[in-house]
This record gives sequence, structure tokens and C-alpha cells, in this order.
Amino acid sequence: MLNYVLARLLTFIPTFIGVTLVSFSFIRALPGDPILVMAGERGISEERYAELAAQYGYDRPILVQYWDYLTGVLHGDLGVSFVTKRPVWDEFFSLFPATLELSICAMVFAVALGLPAVVIAAVNRGKFFDRALMSTALVGYSMPIFWWALLLIIVFSGNLQWTPVSGRIGLQYYFPDPTGFMLIDSLASGQKGAFSSAVRHLILPTIVLGTIPLAVIARQTRSAMLEVLGEDYIRTARAKGLAPARINGIHALRNALIPVVTVIELSVGTLLAGAILTETIFSWPGIGKWMVDSIFRRDYPVVQGGLLLVAVLVMVVNLIVDMLYGLINPKIRKR
Amino acid sequence: MADTTQISSAPTRPSALREFWYYFRENRGAVIGLYVFSALVLIAVFAGLIAPHDPTAQNRAATLLPPAWQEGGNWSYILGTDPLGRDLLSRLLYGSQLTFLVGIMVVLLASAGGIIIGLISGFAPKWVDTIIMRTMDIILSFPALLLALVLVAILGPSLINAMIAIAIAYQPHFVRLTRAAVLAERSKDYVISARVAGAGLPRLMFITVLPNCIAPIIVQAALSFSNAILDVAALGFLGMGAQPPTPEWGTMLAESREFILRAWWVVTFPGLAILITVLAINLMGDGLRDALDPKLKRS
Repeated sequence: MLNYVLARLLTFIPTFIGVTLVSFSFIRALPGDPILVMAGERGISEERYAELAAQYGYDRPILVQYWDYLTGVLHGDLGVSFVTKRPVWDEFFSLFPATLELSICAMVFAVALGLPAVVIAAVNRGKFFDRALMSTALVGYSMPIFWWALLLIIVFSGNLQWTPVSGRIGLQYYFPDPTGFMLIDSLASGQKGAFSSAVRHLILPTIVLGTIPLAVIARQTRSAMLEVLGEDYIRTARAKGLAPARINGIHALRNALIPVVTVIELSVGTLLAGAILTETIFSWPGIGKWMVDSIFRRDYPVVQGGLLLVAVLVMVVNLIVDMLYGLINPKIRKR
Repeated sequence: MADTTQISSAPTRPSALREFWYYFRENRGAVIGLYVFSALVLIAVFAGLIAPHDPTAQNRAATLLPPAWQEGGNWSYILGTDPLGRDLLSRLLYGSQLTFLVGIMVVLLASAGGIIIGLISGFAPKWVDTIIMRTMDIILSFPALLLALVLVAILGPSLINAMIAIAIAYQPHFVRLTRAAVLAERSKDYVISARVAGAGLPRLMFITVLPNCIAPIIVQAALSFSNAILDVAALGFLGMGAQPPTPEWGTMLAESREFILRAWWVVTFPGLAILITVLAINLMGDGLRDALDPKLKRS
């Protein structure tokens, strides 16, 4: 197991370096001079230009610049936003809880709804419920989620007036946010109605972001369940006279869950990409909206830093999932 | 020698196709998907003939007209008009051309690049293989939509740049699939015998091995086709894809966002068009997977 962990860690390093190279090249690949972009439309004097070039290190050889960038990154220095003048690192981590909260809710939504439905469908293979669920899953899988979000807004916010259209909480509530998770902070603030306001703000974004993971879980777990249900040990369990709910819900599902770990791994990218769209539509103050806004504002240090941190996030989750795999399935360790 | 191979391969070819069709037909959803897809292709090809109006012609007297069957609707604008008084149906019909163009171009770019790099990776010495695979890992560390957004920020927003960006983001999947298939095939007897018979590396790569790796690539191509449509529409929706007044479905959604509570049709129909197209392709993709995957066939 230790060898496996070490080997896997070793592949992390070149990928990390590559990712830093990509984010480093990003600013240099842009058309136009970053300092002129920063100066805006007013232009800039030559002395000031030289001063800024020296400050950002653009006057030094490219390899030196990269080395400075890499050491900076390793110390948590990702530069400063052109627009807010705050360090990119701080901005990322002050917004990250919002994205994390939304992603966790979306994943919980997908798993809590998906797994029970799939178990029922797989046990009743080919019957009406199974076919209806699989058709629904395919529709969900094919859904342009930005359109889905607009439809939900039309129905639930527009016609029924059940849910708010944007933001994380009603404007009348104000309280400190030590954790950054609105659900926890609103509960801790003790203000009347704050928690329910936070929940109502979360409902539509959660459904939108959870739709594709839900569809993927339904499709993947069903085939895994069907495979497991045909195994000998399930027949043995049946022959022993165990209750069907116990067999299906525990014996079969537990083994069918292994591919679900993969789905969760793959979902991290899906969630982050989905967060870009979901957060933009619902004005959810998280990483996705931050990145899109920064691209439009030409706030390149933010785009650069955000790109790197998102990629590292994906890599770390993949690393953890691979370790979990090694733990669950000893065969993988040997490879 | 050449004659015998021709004789032996002649009868197997049509039967392989017939076998494929036999399994594909088993899947009712896939056949429905194929019909819908064919209909959409016909619509895209003949959009210029079917469309009742010019997709960019504005009629200031008829802005935000509801669909014909609703009160205030007009039968010359069957699905209603958008905020600038353009015919929604005509825009959707012309938009289908862009959608297919996007799907085909992304799949061609991503698969052609991916197959060649994958073949090289599978046949090249280990250090080249390692470099290629690590590079692919790096690309895969970025969520496709985010990578595409950033690439478009560099290249400038346009439909072509959106396609290129998404093709780059999808390429690693083709590389991995091709490489895995090549590694599985490379040590088989027929490849060794071809090599012993004196086949050069290019012939070995493209003529001997590639045809036997093609099944998973086709399935991946179908998947990429539908994902590309979704992602390009998403880029258009974010304002980073096709630019107005192009009748691209995602861009149409973005233009009509502020009217969602007043005019449901400007939002509903473009999205529905995306959903139906993607759904049809995914249904076909499922059929392709079942028909081409020998493991699932017998179960």
C-alpha cells in the first residue's frame, strides 16, 4: 500500500508543475501587454510602465519569472487582483465556502435521490419504474443546465413565487460568517427566519447543479447493481431467507457503490464546470461566478490564480479518490 | 497473398455491418434517436428553404410576439418573435446548422488529434509515452468548460475559437482511449506477424492496429458530439461563444435572459432545441455502445 501511495504521489508532482506552467503561460499568451491592460484606457507614462514592469518582474528573463512564480505559488502568493487589489489567494478562499456549500448540497441531493431510486429500479428491471427512471436520467444527462435553471426560475420564482431568484440569503439578514457556510452561519446567528431564507436560496441552485450528477449516478449505479444482483452471493443470501430489503439495500448496494466512487471523482470537474453556469445565473457569490466575472473584467491575475487553484483542487480530489480505491480494492495497488 | 486477403475479407465486411445494425436495432431508444437525428440533419441542410423569414431580419412592428396559438400570436411567426422582432422559428432552423457544424468540427478536431497522439503514445518509446500522458493529465486537471473559457479569453470570443478551445479540452479522452486500445492490441499475433512481414511503423499504426481500436473511439465521438453542443451553447450563453446576431442557440438564450418572466417562448424554444438534439445523439450513443461493446452484447 505504501508503494502504491508513493507511486501515485510521484505522478502528482509533474502534473502540478505542468499545471503551474499552464497558468503561468496564460498571462503571457494573452494578446496585449498585461501592464497596459492594467493601466486601462487612460494610458500610462513610460517611467510608471518601467516601474510596474519591475514590480511584476516582467523585465526579467522568462525562466526567472517562472521560478519566481512557482516559489510564490508554493508560498500561497498568487498575485493581487487588478480590480479589488486584494490577494487572489484570500479572495479564492473567502469565496470557496460558497461553492463548496452549493456543491455538497448538490451531491447530497444527487446521492439521496439517486441511490434509492436506482435500487428500486434495478430490482424491478425492465418494469415501468425502471424504464421511466432511465429515460428521465437520459434527459437529465442531456440537459443544458443553464436552460434548466431558467425554466426553474420561470416556474418557481416567477409564477409560483416560492424561491428567490439570486444570492445566498435575504438582504435583511446580516450576521458574521465564521465558517462561510451560510446554512451553518445563519443557524448560529440565531436570527429568526435567517436559516429558512438560506435554505430557500439554496433550493434551485442545488437542483440545477445536482441534475447531471444525479443522472450519471442513476445510469452508472444501475448497471453496477444489475451486475452485482446476478452474483452467487446474492443468490446465497436469498436462499438463506434474508429479507429482500436487506439483500438489495445492503449486500448488493455496498458492492455496487465502488463505481459510484468513480462517479464522485468525475463529478468534481462536472460540479466545478456546472458551478460556473449555476453561480452566474443565480448570482451565487462563489468561485465559478468569480472566474467568469474576472474574465470579463480582464482581471488576469485572478483568472490565472483561479485556474491554478481549481486545477489543483481537481488533482487533489483525484489523488484522494485513487487512494480510496487502493484501500477498497487491493487489486489496484498491485498495478 | 493480396488475393487471399481480399477473398477472406470480402464476406466479413457486410456481415459486420449487418451484425452492428442487428444489435443497434435491438435498442428502441437508439432507433428513435437515429430518426430524430436524421430529421434534424435534414432541417439543418434545408434550413434556407424551410425558414419562413431571414434569421437576422428585424421587424420593429412585431417585437416579442407570442407563438401563433397564443392570444396575440401571428401565424406568419409560428413560434413568436424575439425582443428585436426576429422570427424565432427561422433563427432556430438556421441555428441547427451551427449546432451540427460545431458538433462535427469539435469531434473531427479532437478525434483526429487524439487518435494520432494516442497512436504515437502507444507505439513510441516509454519516455515519449510518459511525456504525452502527463501532458494529457495536465489538460484533464482543468474542467473542460473552464479551460475553454480561458482559451477563448486568450483567442477572443467567437464560434470558431469556442470550437477550437473545446476540441483541445476534449482531446485527452481520445488520446487515452486510443493508447489503451493500442497497448491491448500491440502484442497480439496479427500485429507481430504484420511487423515480421515488414510493415513499416505508419502502416502498422494506421492500417493494422487502428481499425481494431475504433469501436471505443466511435462511442467516445458520439459522446463528445453531444457534449460539444452543450459546451458551445454554454459558452454562447456566457457571452464567450458565437456573438450576436448569430442565431446560435446558446447565444439566443443569453440574449433573451432578461425577458424570461415576460416572454416564456424566447427562453423555452432555444433550450428545447438544444435538449432534443443532445438527447437524440445520446440515445444513439447508447445504442452504439451496446452494439459495439462485445462484453455487453452477450449479457
